Amino acid sequence: MKRALERHLNILDFTLASLLRRKAKNFSLLAVYLLVVFMLASLQFFVTALKREAAIILSDTPDLIVQRLSAGRQDLVPVGYAEEIARIRGVTQVRPRLWGYYYDALNGANYTVIASDDPMVAPSRAAVGAGVAKTRNLAVGDLVPLTSYDKTPLMVEIGSIFPHSSDLIAADMIILTPEDFKLLFNFPKGQATDLAVSVRNPKELSTVAAKIADRFPDSRPILKSEIQRTYQSIFDWRGGMTLIILASALLSFIIFAWDRATGLSAEERKEIGILKSIGWETSDVLLLKFWEGTVISLTAFLLGVVLAYGHVFFLSAPLFAQALKGWSVIYPRFQLVPVVDAYQLAVLFFLTVIPYTTATVVPCWRAATTDPDAAMRS
Amino acid sequence: MIELSDITKTFNTGKQNQFTAVDNVTLAIEPQQITVFKGPSGSGKTSLLSIIGCMARPTSGRIFLHGVAAALPFRNDGGETVEITSLPERFLNEIRRSTFGFIFQQFNLVRGITVLENVMLPAYPTGEGRADFRARAENLLEQFNIARLAGQRSELLSGGEMQRVAIARALINNPSIIIADEPTAHLDSKLSHEFMEIVARLKGEGKTVLIASHDPVVFDSPHIDSVVEMRDGAVVSSRSSR
Amino acid sequence: MILPPAALALVLIGLLVSGMGTYAGYYGMRIIKYWDPGHGTERQLELERRTYLISTIMNYILGFELMSLFLFIYTADDLHTLFTGAMCAAGSLAINSFGYPALLLKIINFLFAGVWLILNYADNRGYDYPLIKIKYELLNLLVPLLVLESVLLFAYFAGIKPDIITSCCGSLFGRDSGSFSGDLAALPHRPMQIACFSGMAITAVSGMFFYLKGRSGYLFSTASAVTFLITIASMLSFICLYIYELPSHHCPFCLLQKEYGYIGYVLYAALFSGAVAGIGVGVLMPFWQVASLVRIIPGMQRRLTVVTLVCYLLFTLIVVWKMSFSALKLG
Repeated sequence: MKRALERHLNILDFTLASLLRRKAKNFSLLAVYLLVVFMLASLQFFVTALKREAAIILSDTPDLIVQRLSAGRQDLVPVGYAEEIARIRGVTQVRPRLWGYYYDALNGANYTVIASDDPMVAPSRAAVGAGVAKTRNLAVGDLVPLTSYDKTPLMVEIGSIFPHSSDLIAADMIILTPEDFKLLFNFPKGQATDLAVSVRNPKELSTVAAKIADRFPDSRPILKSEIQRTYQSIFDWRGGMTLIILASALLSFIIFAWDRATGLSAEERKEIGILKSIGWETSDVLLLKFWEGTVISLTAFLLGVVLAYGHVFFLSAPLFAQALKGWSVIYPRFQLVPVVDAYQLAVLFFLTVIPYTTATVVPCWRAATTDPDAAMRS
Repeated sequence: MIELSDITKTFNTGKQNQFTAVDNVTLAIEPQQITVFKGPSGSGKTSLLSIIGCMARPTSGRIFLHGVAAALPFRNDGGETVEITSLPERFLNEIRRSTFGFIFQQFNLVRGITVLENVMLPAYPTGEGRADFRARAENLLEQFNIARLAGQRSELLSGGEMQRVAIARALINNPSIIIADEPTAHLDSKLSHEFMEIVARLKGEGKTVLIASHDPVVFDSPHIDSVVEMRDGAVVSSRSSR
Repeated sequence: MILPPAALALVLIGLLVSGMGTYAGYYGMRIIKYWDPGHGTERQLELERRTYLISTIMNYILGFELMSLFLFIYTADDLHTLFTGAMCAAGSLAINSFGYPALLLKIINFLFAGVWLILNYADNRGYDYPLIKIKYELLNLLVPLLVLESVLLFAYFAGIKPDIITSCCGSLFGRDSGSFSGDLAALPHRPMQIACFSGMAITAVSGMFFYLKGRSGYLFSTASAVTFLITIASMLSFICLYIYELPSHHCPFCLLQKEYGYIGYVLYAALFSGAVAGIGVGVLMPFWQVASLVRIIPGMQRRLTVVTLVCYLLFTLIVVWKMSFSALKLG
């Protein structure tokens, strides 16, 4: 046992010395390896962080939303539905919601406009998200003209601006009173965008949803869990697709690694010949090569992961943001909350280190089986 | 004693360029003596020495090591005698590592690492503690008056220094047989004579020495015990020089 | 079809493992066919060198199989949110008919690869390659299993459609379910406790007897293998209950999670290593008389026996500790 350990230590020691001796060659391999790990890790961190953010947003949505479909498209819901739904057993509250989108011709952004009874808004006083405030350069107390349905301006005063911390949820929001909302969009009375339903016991959600669908055949109840699931698979799908695009990079890296491992320099070949001739066995050289691969892999992996962490969580992933977020133009700055766990790291490890290791098995074996008497014949 | 019987080594068997490097050699080599293999280049000296030194396996024939204190990792029915040609590579290697020390024509030092590390290199895979073989390596450098070079990179050495480092490296695992292939080919006469002095000293310490050479300084040296003359892979004559 | 990166990683590993396995198997067949240790011909030398490559590949396969086994369970667990009703890996694996077979085959392949490496180790210690043919014939049995495993794995991930209502682990491993894993959970906990601890005791006694006297190796090996199976059933039957402190939560995967201090990793690692070593003892038994291994095998078997005993002891201690301090008391 002790001898086996000593053997590993001695050979590892020589490995480290060898790697440092061939800095130029190993450095280029390390650089490419690092780049691959960096890209994959950034992607992985970014997608996971977005999933988390989406989960946070969704946790605020009601457990059950009821929409109305007309000709296969979402339509307004008569408020009358709400009263009837409220009578279903287990339902504690039904809240008609008014919300919509407002296109700002000035900068091409879409804002989400929500009607609320919250005391922070009053007639002609709105609350806006920081994103809106920034694109329109607004401060509390400013007067803003909103273009209403018939192109007449509706003047509102900025009552408050949401802090940056709530950016992901509220960046593009404009909150108005229901009266202002109806004025802005000429919204018909007695209608709502959708209904938010609260249920006492979460286990009864699907039963309640089924009853609603039964009573109002034109309604579409949507569970929060369904939305969450859909989001998760969308993010997984997007992440996976990007990964497949990156697979070409991974593949070329593997070919590069294989090529590197195969194309030993004359110097290295001679060195292995010397080692074999002075009493190193094939498995000793295999061990040397194993440690070489391990050192390079771990260095590239750790550095790549650390750099990706910085890229995603300190710099907000400038390389991927456009491709993956794909949300509104108004989300220019939000800091992702760092989420890194062993699972993500394991997946990254599997995607980078194991292909590299596999690619180098045969070349390393070839190098290790150099004839021991090669050194004598030269 | 090393006993060779009908050793043949053929390369590229069955192909157009087939050639026989060692042809049916039968020979007995006495222990604790210096034996020189003499002959022009291509006469099969090096191939024969690499077969004796367990570096390569013959195509046919048998080699017996009698009375070799090799650490054998398996049961050995013939007492102190081992037949080495049928062994798999990892066992050959075990014997080679513990029994033979090699000195090459080009010295074959590893560039970029220090003299001390070069000397210790054969001991790395044995699983011995580093402190142990390090002490032995320093001791060897001391013996060959090159202790001051211990931290020097090997490619910066002079020819004579390289030769001494190569000898020290051959001795690190304390082998009983030393094999030297054309050791004086790159040395001037003074250094060649010095090499033979060192070899004589090793013999005095009880080591068996095998040298392949066509250098008169070697085969006319007063220290050697027998000369085996080879040509075209076969032994032409074998005589004791005493 | 879903595409989380972990699924891609697992499918990739499956491809690599079966690719490497097929490559090794091909050269294994060449070795069986052309092996000729009496002569130092160039082909023989080349084949002997191939044995190093195959050993290396098998070492990697064993490592990859072990790592991907845990990654697979973890991924199944991560996916459960995609399915209504699935509460952990148990539910996600049941989403189509490929999940559990893939998992089972992964475990079998891991055990198989481990035992193969034990045989390989013994063979490498003999100076005349005494086990070379058996070794490579076994390898050729393993290769189709490795390929099948990656096919199943791919089928599992390709066949997943999110939102399918599935049984959650509450019902899959609940007592009322008629499925196979339900049957395991339905095994009454009292007799299972007796079976499990007796199995451990018999393994321990026969192991010590074998260690000291060098006899009854088959008995010990069989005991350790049977105990392995009983213990897996016991995980579902009662061990999980004590760890979760819930009288009806039989899921064997949740204990790999953080909430339970990752204790599952220690338990499964101990159990699997113990089983590989114990089965290895039995696999080496037929070769006692091989001349070149006479001095090798007994020593190896003793070391393997110690591994099994230590691993199983560790497992038992953790289980007993969990049972004694669990808030749950089963009558």
